[in-house]
Amino acid sequence: MRSYLLPEYVVRRDVKRCNKCKICIEQCTYGVHYYDEKDDYVLSRDENCVNCQRCVVFCPKRAIVIKKNPVSYRKNYHWTSEAIMAIKKQAETGSAILTGMGCDKPNLTYWDKLLLNASQVTNPSIDPLREPIELRTYLGKKGKQVELASNGGDVVLETELAPQLQLEIPVMFAAMSYGAVNLNVQEALVRAAVECGTYFNCGEGGLHPSLYKYGDHIIVQVASGRFGIHIEYLKVGAAIEIKIGQGAKPGIGGHLPGEKVSEEIAKMRMIPVGTDALSPAPHHDIYSIEDLKQLVYALKEATEYIKPVAVKIAAVHNVAAIASGIARSGADIIVIDGVRGSTGAAPKVIRDNVGIPVEFALAVVDERLRNEGIRNEVSIVVSGSIRNSADVVKAIALGADAVYIGTAALIAMGCTVCQRCYTGKCPWGIATTNPRISKRLNPEEASRRLVNLLNAWSIEIKEMLGGMGINAIESLRGNREQLRGIGLSESELKILNVKPAGM
Amino acid sequence: MWNGANNPYEYDKDTGACALFGMINVEGKRFPSKDPVRAISNMRERGNGLGSGFAVYGIYPDYRELYAFHVMYLNHQAKRDVEKVLEENFRVVLSEELPTKEAKVWNPPLIWRYFVEPLTSKMREKNLTEDDYVVKNVMRINTAESGRALIFSSGKNMGVFKGVGYPEEIAEYFCLEEYEGYMWICHNRYPTNTPGWWGGAHPFNLLDWAVAHNGELSSYGTNRRFLATYGYECTMQTDTEVLTYAFDLLVRRHEIPLELVPKILTPPFWNEIDCMPQRQRQLLTTLRQIYSGLLMNGPFSIIVARHGQMIGLVDRIKLRPLTAAMKGNFFYLSSEEAAIRVVQPTLDKVWNLHGGEIAVGMVKVPVLV
Amino acid sequence: MVDLPKTLKEFSRLKIENNVVNINSMEMHYHELNTLIRDLVRKGFKEFNLYNVYGQRYIGAGLGDNITFRLYGTPGNDLGIFMNGPNIYVYGNVEDGCGNTMNDGLIVVYGHAGDIVGYSMRGGKIFIRDDVGYRAGIHMKGYQTTPVLVIGGCAGDFLGEYMAGGIILLLGLSGNGQHETRFMGAGMHGGVIYVRGKPTHLWNGAKTMDVDENDLQVIHGLLKQFCTLFNFDFSKMVKEEFVKIVPASHRPYGKLYT
Repeated sequence: MRSYLLPEYVVRRDVKRCNKCKICIEQCTYGVHYYDEKDDYVLSRDENCVNCQRCVVFCPKRAIVIKKNPVSYRKNYHWTSEAIMAIKKQAETGSAILTGMGCDKPNLTYWDKLLLNASQVTNPSIDPLREPIELRTYLGKKGKQVELASNGGDVVLETELAPQLQLEIPVMFAAMSYGAVNLNVQEALVRAAVECGTYFNCGEGGLHPSLYKYGDHIIVQVASGRFGIHIEYLKVGAAIEIKIGQGAKPGIGGHLPGEKVSEEIAKMRMIPVGTDALSPAPHHDIYSIEDLKQLVYALKEATEYIKPVAVKIAAVHNVAAIASGIARSGADIIVIDGVRGSTGAAPKVIRDNVGIPVEFALAVVDERLRNEGIRNEVSIVVSGSIRNSADVVKAIALGADAVYIGTAALIAMGCTVCQRCYTGKCPWGIATTNPRISKRLNPEEASRRLVNLLNAWSIEIKEMLGGMGINAIESLRGNREQLRGIGLSESELKILNVKPAGM
Repeated sequence: MWNGANNPYEYDKDTGACALFGMINVEGKRFPSKDPVRAISNMRERGNGLGSGFAVYGIYPDYRELYAFHVMYLNHQAKRDVEKVLEENFRVVLSEELPTKEAKVWNPPLIWRYFVEPLTSKMREKNLTEDDYVVKNVMRINTAESGRALIFSSGKNMGVFKGVGYPEEIAEYFCLEEYEGYMWICHNRYPTNTPGWWGGAHPFNLLDWAVAHNGELSSYGTNRRFLATYGYECTMQTDTEVLTYAFDLLVRRHEIPLELVPKILTPPFWNEIDCMPQRQRQLLTTLRQIYSGLLMNGPFSIIVARHGQMIGLVDRIKLRPLTAAMKGNFFYLSSEEAAIRVVQPTLDKVWNLHGGEIAVGMVKVPVLV
Repeated sequence: MVDLPKTLKEFSRLKIENNVVNINSMEMHYHELNTLIRDLVRKGFKEFNLYNVYGQRYIGAGLGDNITFRLYGTPGNDLGIFMNGPNIYVYGNVEDGCGNTMNDGLIVVYGHAGDIVGYSMRGGKIFIRDDVGYRAGIHMKGYQTTPVLVIGGCAGDFLGEYMAGGIILLLGLSGNGQHETRFMGAGMHGGVIYVRGKPTHLWNGAKTMDVDENDLQVIHGLLKQFCTLFNFDFSKMVKEEFVKIVPASHRPYGKLYT
């Protein structure tokens, strides 16, 4: 069948600059560039280009530019090029459309509609460069009241707090499984987590033995596919996260395309090489809220109650009631992943249509748990949209204890958000398990980039806090007085429970 | 109870999960609360103390001809208002506060019981059967008084006792050790809309139907709107209510034999129906077509009871557990086998229900009505 | 159901005789019971008899080593979850999630099992004498190790769903001996299901094949163990006909997405 699809991008090569060094050919994993020996030209197959910008960055002569294909269908706000292309693709294949990364649709980012406050006159702002500003955060069940006793006049602490995670910056690295990314990526992430005093979530593909030594900074995940899960794995992590869902694909299970299931991945996940590693849509031991409690306590029993258990859900319609149920299930941390949450592979229709923005989910969950008097029973972590330190600060002001970053961390390491993670060909050596391409990512250097990023955010967060006259992050938590909405409807303001700008 | 203060979230339904236990003596012999309470309490892990309840059959033999209404009131004004409506439409033979005692329960409402019979003149005027007349009045009061009063038990010679607490505490509160019944349906709830409300505890009841439910109906929105077209108003914001009404509609009003009810609520897949012999295929296809709005989707196991019958049913793809067992004259249903064993270690037969499968315990002799 | 042995009738909770730990689990919460077991395991005890087990969950959870449990009663959900070595013998039925994500060890049930027995099993063996519920052996795995689930009776729907490795042997010795399992092997992409007699209803991705010599060797080995454990006549069983169910391709959903 002849393909009616137009190339999405066109490669423009300045032949005057091109010295035919063929680096672009070598760098491109999609086979876009090729050398025509007869005419002595480097040429391109535009239809293969995914606009990852690898060749552009690596071309020593700056001879390449990638552009969106100017040839496109007649402008139509309803029948967009994207809609037309999707139909053509499905008519040619009969398949569901797969995609990578988070939802790219407009109008779902509410962070930009929230503005932060600063002190003027009535109270002083604080200068973070010279005076202390504390970002340390503890995640875990706090309880309602301290228990004290007195021993001959001395106050003796009787409360034994539930296990906690200690974060020096309230930003952690979101779950990215061994398989979705390669070992170099995971190593870079965990080393950065160690250096910055935070945590890396290893995702659902098990934990490579070479990373066990960083266990104190790893949150190990238990997802429905139960890949790589055994008692040693559970014991080595600092915390355990039960993954119920993720923002990119609420309601469906993990999906690691067979292209990425190499020998090593197969070994970790205990599945055949080259098969699709599918996690069931539900945990088959959780069909109901009391079953969640059952798994939470199974993990606690197995690891003897020494580490927090988190439960991660996608932000969906009834999220507040669900979170309330989770808080009562014995979980120590609730993770809410919003509609913009990223993924290595998800059906496009799910990614772009299911779930709600994390800003709303966070606002209603925090509110609900407070109303029910159980906010101190759990910590709240949000993910799925955090791009910069301002997003972090806004999330905490809305009520989060900490955030996870996934996409931002990948971008720091080289990712350009081309959305082709599912192909296993990531030219940046990130979302690939191909040993040859994986080598492109040097864990040492990538870890440096990540540390730099977190250090930069740390400075910025302190600047923003100081501006508000706040010198400890806990005074920002749930402090919606520090937020104002702009361009939001009345119902949106009500749900977020923030005042409009000017009020 | 279920006022704005403790169920403020206005969602269409709550999600609750749970433990179920039911026990029936097929000779119709009455027995005390000890075993049922012990059994349901053995499944404490499945609840969270925010809702438990019991439906007990055969407890009011002296008033067996009368409807026994158990009513929760938020305040005395609500009580006066409801009693006025009751007086207008029923002959109230006896009204009294439901006996209770000190127990670890949360914020109990006023709870009264009334033994009533419909006023014949009114019933004739409206051209309704006795049962329909009762249903209409119960619905009317519960809708009109929504948030202030709730008739949560309306059958003859049976009663529902429920509230916010663990099962053994609710049993203690309602002095269940004083009652004897030939069938006990018990429920231990794990709601997520907390701090729990008394009306939202299970079992749900209408006439002598009682339903205890574990799971969540993903089809609730469809079921609710379908039932509304038959005059059932869902006032409780919980999916269990639709199960109760579905049984009432299908079995009592539409007189569909019990064994066919699962073919409507949890029907076989089309590809199975397509392979059936013609008559059966036509029957099942038609049932699915007419009652499509009653297909119950999502995870659930339920115990449904009415006089003389205790029915267990599990969703189509078996997402919630239900174990059935027999020993002598007793038939049991339970979320966990261990709960049956703890009151009856040796059983004649025990089996786990399959998806869409029904298990029925029937009293051999007519008990009543 | 086995009552407490006479000599043990008197003990209220714990009695240790000849290095064998006897626990009367009546009225014990699972946390209390499991903590007690873990403490005793730490002290070096390797043999446990648990009486009056009524629904306690997670027995054996995450335990390693060569420990033997004999359970009298009906243990609760997730028996042997994450277990890594022990042998558990249950003289009664088990509830849901038996052998959940177990890594190594042995579970023998002299009765039936509930749903998802052997969920995501990675190694070890489970023998169930009678029927099993829904989704037995779901997402069993295997890489160099081969988890094994042997079912004496019949199985509920979705047997071996998502199966990625390991062996399921389904004997169907209960009822009328007819299999009624629907959606068998749904989404199977590894491992093998051996079925005595005729499987009824395969689903996405599974196909039936004749057994060969190697298969028979595996089947007979497991049969022998099964017959020894549950006192069946091996010489009779060995004459039965078997078929095997395997993945139709190693990538049943390879064409699902573009």
